[in-house]
Parts: sequence; C-alpha cells; structure tokens
Amino acid sequence: MNRRPSLFAFSAARCWGVVLKEFLQLKRDRVTFAMIVGMPVMMLILFGYAINMDPKHLKTMLIDADRSEFSRSFIMAMHNTAYFDFVGELRNEAEGEAALARGDAQFVVNIPSDFSRRLVRGERPVVLIVADATDPAAASNAIGAVTRLAESVAWKDLGGALTRLSGSAPLFDVQVHRRYNPEGITQYNIVPGLMGIILTMTMVMMTGLAMTRERERGTMENLLATPVRPLEVLTGKIVPYIFIGLIQATIILVAAITLFNVPFVGSVVELYAVLLVYIAAALTVGITISSLARNQLQGVQMTFFFFLPNVLMSGFVFPFYGMPYWAQVIAHALPMTYFNRLVRGIMLKGNDWLDLWPNLWPLMLFTMILMGIALKFYRRTLD
Amino acid sequence: MVTLSESRVRRSEFAIDVRGLNKYFGKKHVVNNLSLQVRPGEIFGFLGPNGSGKTTSIRLMCGLLTPDSGSGTCLGYDIISESDAIKRSVGYMTQRFSFWEDLSIRENLDFVARVYQMPDRKTSVESALTNLGLKERANQLAGTLSGGWKQRLALAACMLHQPTLLLLDEPTAGVDPAARRDFWEELHRLAAQGISVLVSTHYMDEAERCHKLAYISHGALLAQGTAQEIVEAQHLFTWAIKGKMTDESLTQLSDVLANKAGVLQTAAFGNALHVTGRDPVVLEKTLRETLAELPHEMARTETSLEDVFIHLMRTAQGKKQ
Ligand SMILES: Nc1ncnc2c1ncn2[C@@H]1O[C@H](COP(=O)(O)OP(=O)(O)OP(=O)(O)O)[C@@H](O)[C@H]1O
Ligand SMILES: [Mg+2]
Repeated sequence: MNRRPSLFAFSAARCWGVVLKEFLQLKRDRVTFAMIVGMPVMMLILFGYAINMDPKHLKTMLIDADRSEFSRSFIMAMHNTAYFDFVGELRNEAEGEAALARGDAQFVVNIPSDFSRRLVRGERPVVLIVADATDPAAASNAIGAVTRLAESVAWKDLGGALTRLSGSAPLFDVQVHRRYNPEGITQYNIVPGLMGIILTMTMVMMTGLAMTRERERGTMENLLATPVRPLEVLTGKIVPYIFIGLIQATIILVAAITLFNVPFVGSVVELYAVLLVYIAAALTVGITISSLARNQLQGVQMTFFFFLPNVLMSGFVFPFYGMPYWAQVIAHALPMTYFNRLVRGIMLKGNDWLDLWPNLWPLMLFTMILMGIALKFYRRTLD
Repeated sequence: MVTLSESRVRRSEFAIDVRGLNKYFGKKHVVNNLSLQVRPGEIFGFLGPNGSGKTTSIRLMCGLLTPDSGSGTCLGYDIISESDAIKRSVGYMTQRFSFWEDLSIRENLDFVARVYQMPDRKTSVESALTNLGLKERANQLAGTLSGGWKQRLALAACMLHQPTLLLLDEPTAGVDPAARRDFWEELHRLAAQGISVLVSTHYMDEAERCHKLAYISHGALLAQGTAQEIVEAQHLFTWAIKGKMTDESLTQLSDVLANKAGVLQTAAFGNALHVTGRDPVVLEKTLRETLAELPHEMARTETSLEDVFIHLMRTAQGKKQ
C-alpha cells in the first residue's frame, strides 16, 4: 500500500482549519478552560503555602561541650530568633543522630569543647548544626536565621570583652549539615518543578483526549472522510495548546517572582525557548496517547502512567542522586528530568546555551521519537 | 453548477466499480463478496435490513475501512491505495451525525470549506446557508438543532465542496416529507449534471426514485437492477384483499393465510391486505377457499418493491437459520 508519501504531505491551509476549529471548541468548553487557568492558580496556592511556610519553635537539642559564657549567649541568641525551642540536652553526636532519626529533634546544635578558647583567639571556631531537611522548606528559614546570627547578633551579644576582635569577618562559623535530603532542595526548586507538573498535566491530558474525543463523539469518521492528513490534524490540535502552555508557564513565573520572591538570574528568552521545547515534548506524548487510547478513560489512565514517574523521579520530589541507580536510569528517559534541570539552571544559576545543551538535546530527541510513534499509530481508517 | 471533469473518471467508465469486497469484524463476515457498479450520473439506491452491512460497504468504498479482500475504484481511484484522492472528490454523509456539536452551523461549514481548500470559501458557505434556509440561525450551535435539521446540515456540508460522487448513508432519516422531496429533487438535478449518487435508505418511496437499486442482506448482494427489474426477477404474484374488515379481523385473516398453500407472505397496506405467492394458480385457489365465507373484494395487484424486499429478507433469514 502506498500510503506512506501522503503521511508527510502537508497543507498549511488545512492545518489552519483544524487549529481554528480547536480554538473554537476550546473556547466553548468552559470546564476545560477553567481547568487550564485554574490548575496553575490552585497549585500555586497549595505550593505557595509551602514556599511561604515559615514554621517557628522547632524542636532543637543541644550538645554543649564548651559550657562557657559564650556558648550560653549563643544559645540564648538562637532561642531569641523564635525558630528554635531547646527541648533537651545530649551528650554526644551519636545521641544527636538518634534524636534526629526518631524525630525527637529537628535540629541538633553541636558546640565543640574548644569553642570559647578559639573564639577568644580569633580562630573562628565552628558551630555544627545538623538539620532534618526532609522538609527543606520548613528547615530553611530557621537555617537562614542561625546563619545570620553568626554575622550580626554575635557582635551585640558577645561584644564587650571582644571588641578588639571587631572587624568585618564573623567571629565564628555556623556549619549546617542537612540530613535525609543531601541535595537540599529549597523552596526555589519548587517553581521549576511546578511548571513541569502543570505543563505535563495540561499538555499531556488535553491532547491525550483530543483525538479520543473525536472518536467517542463520532466526529472522527467525518474528519477521516475529509482530505485532512494525519500530520495536519496532529499539528492543528497541538498549536492551541502551545499557547495555553505558555500562558500557564507565565502565570506561574509571574506569581513566583512577585508573590514569592523567587530569584530569576537567567535569561527570559532562554526560559521561553526551553518552555517551547518542553511543551512540544509533552504534546507529542499527549498525541501519542490519543492515538493509542480507545476511549477517554484510557486516555486519562495513560496520562497518569506517564505523569507519576515524571513527577516522582525527575528530582522534584526526591533528590535525583539520592535515588537508586536503576531509578536514575529510568529518570533519564523522562522529559521532566531534563526540564527541571534546565529551568533551575536558567532561573537560579543563569546558565547559558552551552550549559543548557546537555539537557536540551535529550528533550529534542525525545520529541522527535514520540512524534514518529504518534504518526505511526494515527489510525487513518476506522478499522 | 458542476461539470464533471473528464479526468475524474479517466480510468473507469464507472463512478464506483468494486469487485469481490470482503470485510470481517472478528469472525463476523459483514461484507460478503460484494460487487457493485455505479455509472456516472446515476442515483443508486442501497437497501437492506438493519445490520446488513450497508454502512460498512460505503466505508469500504471511500477508504475509511480497508477491505480484507477484493478491489475496486471510486472515480477511477483505487479504494485501497488512493483514498486521499477519493476523499477530495467524494462527499460522504455519515449515518450518525458527525459534525461538531460545539461549533455553530457556520463554523462547521467553514471548517469543511477550509479542509477542502475551497477557493471562494466565504461565498460558498454563505450560499449553502441560504440554500438551507439557515441564514438567520447560522450562529446557533449545531448540537442544539433538531434531528431533522442536523441531517439537513450534514447534507449541505457534504455537498459543499461540490463532489462528483455522493455517498449518502440514510441521508433523510428523520427529515420531514417536504424537505425530503426537496432533497430528492436536488439529487436528480445533480445527477442530471453527471454527479453520481450512492444512497442508502429504508424508505420505499425513495427506493423507487433511484435509477438503480441494490439489495443486500448479511453482507451479500441479493438483487440488483432497476426497481422494475428487481420486482420482475422475483416472479411474485400479489392479490389485494379489501372488505368491511376491522384491523383485528385483518390480522386474523393474515394469520390464517400465512400457513396456507401457495402463500409466501402477507402484508397490511392501510385497510387492504396484500397476499403474495409464487404460484398464481395455487394462490388464487387458496384465497377463494379461505375467503368464501367473508364479505370481501379481491383483486390482482402489482407486486410492490416492498413486497419483494420483505420476501428477500425472509428468504435470506430462512437460509441463514
Ligand atoms: N466497527 C465495528 N466492529 C464490529 N462490528 C461492526 C462494526 N461496524 C459494524 N459492525 C457490524 O457489522 C454489521 C453491519 O453493520 P452496518 O452498520 O454496516 O449495517 P447497516 O446495513 O448500515 O445497518 P443499518 O441499516 O442499521 O444502518 C452489523 O452486524 C454490525 O454489528
Ligand atoms: Mg447503516
């Protein structure tokens, strides 16, 4: 059968017809429309709470081997930040680890025995704070507060006797060890992750249903009877969602920057370019699903089959290098993994194209492979 | 309006020419060795009981389904390998309404005009709306139309791109008599211009308006030809029995006659009962004996197309069982 060549023949005019039709249908479908705008807003409120979460009076335990005036005033200063409630004293680090593991303490402050001696000598001793960073958002404000202590509060509280040491450098260092979450995902990482989640969800699900809806409503027979070709239909169904994806990403971005003060150090152009690539990847997944699924329920099921590993394994929920090796291998086949890295790289690190490339080409490759699969499985007949 | 371009039928003298088509759904043999020829300018009626495979056959002809075996051409294009070309010049109206209910009437027509890449899209859409008499309601959503109006919209939409072959699957189901008459007049006008029409229907009056008919049952072609040819080929004889009879007695009479010698079938037509048989002598004898006691009028009448189709359907069923 020589159906092959026509598979790639393309008429922009026919495709545009499909685009217009999809836009009109989208406009009329209030529920879907509400979901498209509502989902980012809802997720932002949910996660925004997490981003803003500023819990105080966290259970803290103390290992004070120094027991000097200085260590006591430092502990008092910590207490005064309102973040730390000292609930007990421990003898050694092993007890500290155990307390963290049991959840008896969220922080263990370890002041070494030579703390005051070295402080007086100006040797900048180190206070070690071990934190349970399972919930990084919860711990990070407290950690921030104690880090500032070393810089400012120390002067005021320890002043007097130590004025000769005054200078620009802090008197001592606070070293924080995060446990259970070595990558220390901070609240900033939530924004890229959230973008990934919402784009994946909307793009994959909406387009996943696009074709099955035609099939279930019986309009597929009509569509197949017209001269529109598979590629035109697929493209025509994708285009409206590219706009929607960009709008959703913009909502998240603006809210993240204005409401939650998430830093943005990279280039906006880069970010939108990466967004487009990721949207394309997610859309091809959706289109593939809609070519495979027999009905809308199957479409939704397949969406979740794709969605869950992406969310769980992309480094958004669990730290990527904390996962077992096999999970990392799987995660390297998931587009959201690369998207998370790309957006983090742009927003937080200001990566340039060269930095982005190692995570960009896998996304492009993924998109092309999926497009091929979608075209192959697009059913040209009603069989 | 439309002139049939020579190139369209370049490779075949037929608008539709399919031979030996077979289609299975699982183990079910839905189209059984179907061969059909429709000439240009011909209105070809496609008849058969529910589930006999009419819709499936039409889908095979326009490339929406792939036959398991057999071959054929539509407008000279191969139904298996050139379905793209067929789609461009065929107007297919589906049995079930398959336009977009969440688009307005105008938007539906506009979409069709776009995908067929019609040069004068706006004018065509507007004139189609005017012809339909839907100009004022053009912005109404298609889903809110009544059943009959949906049907008329679908018809207008499938003729919009001025196809040279129309495949119409029960186009007038649910359409009122006046609109039906308009529709058939339009079909004959189109046919006169050389456009070919394959139309499936369950209405006898529509069957009689076709140039040619095909009757299928269980996917197999049982009769083909003009209405007259089909009737004559069955060699049936029919008597019409009238009298001062209530519906009840008519039914009783029909029951009584059903098993008598020479009677193939009975069918009530208003206050008359048509009794059909194959052997005129035996049939007449039976009738006279049975009806002797009853006040009645009895007259030979022409066997109608309906009588023939009912006969065909019953014999086909008998064979199946
Ligand atoms: N997609 C399908 N899958 C399985 N069986 C099918 C399919 N489509 C049709 N059939 C079966 O094929 C047979 C013929 O169906 P078809 O729709 O062609 O009949 P039809 O002559 O158009 O009937 P009607 O007069 O009711 O429209 C039926 O028994 C039907 O159940
Ligand atoms: Mg049918």
